[in-house]
Amino acid sequence: MAERPLSPHITVYRWAYTMTLSILHRASGVALAVSLVGFVLWLVSASLGADAYAAMLPLLTCLPCKIVLALAVAALIYHLCNGLRHLAWDMGWGFERADARRSAVLVVAASLIAAAVCCYFIFRLGAGAA
Amino acid sequence: MNLRTPLARALHHGTARDGVGHWLIQRVTAAALAPLAIWLLIGLLGLPDAGYATVIAWIAAGWNPALLALTVLIAAWHAWLGVQVVIEDYVHGFLPKTIALLLSVFVHVLLAASGVYAVLRIALRSGA
Repeated sequence: MAERPLSPHITVYRWAYTMTLSILHRASGVALAVSLVGFVLWLVSASLGADAYAAMLPLLTCLPCKIVLALAVAALIYHLCNGLRHLAWDMGWGFERADARRSAVLVVAASLIAAAVCCYFIFRLGAGAA
Repeated sequence: MNLRTPLARALHHGTARDGVGHWLIQRVTAAALAPLAIWLLIGLLGLPDAGYATVIAWIAAGWNPALLALTVLIAAWHAWLGVQVVIEDYVHGFLPKTIALLLSVFVHVLLAASGVYAVLRIALRSGA
């Protein structure tokens, strides 16, 4: 294909924190697609019976696994909050620069609080009776 | 040498008949997923433990199977659309891009099918 002119890429722009949120939205989306595999495997292991579920359960209750789980939940909450922001933009709301920056701060604050609350429940999670 | 104008070459070949379809479905599935994700988070994090009996009881309780199946289905749909855009942006070359896109379709359809099947198995077994 012939060399064609490209539009300026993100590197030519002065960094603004709203750009970080935009990149994080895509990154958390990809992370959630991977997490969906884990979620479906969890459902499948439960459908296979008590023995299969018991064999999988350490993957849910060990400490490193809980950290991964907490990150996945944090990604979900961020993607949810920022997704609502995107939906508002698509309706034509909040697209002014000042509004976009305010909603960015709101999304980060809401995500941090909600993720912290969820982390409490995740690390409290026990294996329970078989 | 082709003497036809670019406009003449483009006319009458029709459109992709798709227009904003991808963009729109991504938004519609997002709007559907927002309440479902909140419902799922509250439901799962409210469980007293992650044991088999607790989890099976929750999955099969009331209308949970329907909502769970819907969540997996729409999440897989939304994820497929999102991953598709990421692949189109970052994977270059016709063959690698085509392979990645095909793989992504297969994996997401497999996720949707096995997730819904697992939920139905649990629901029908404990309901009988």
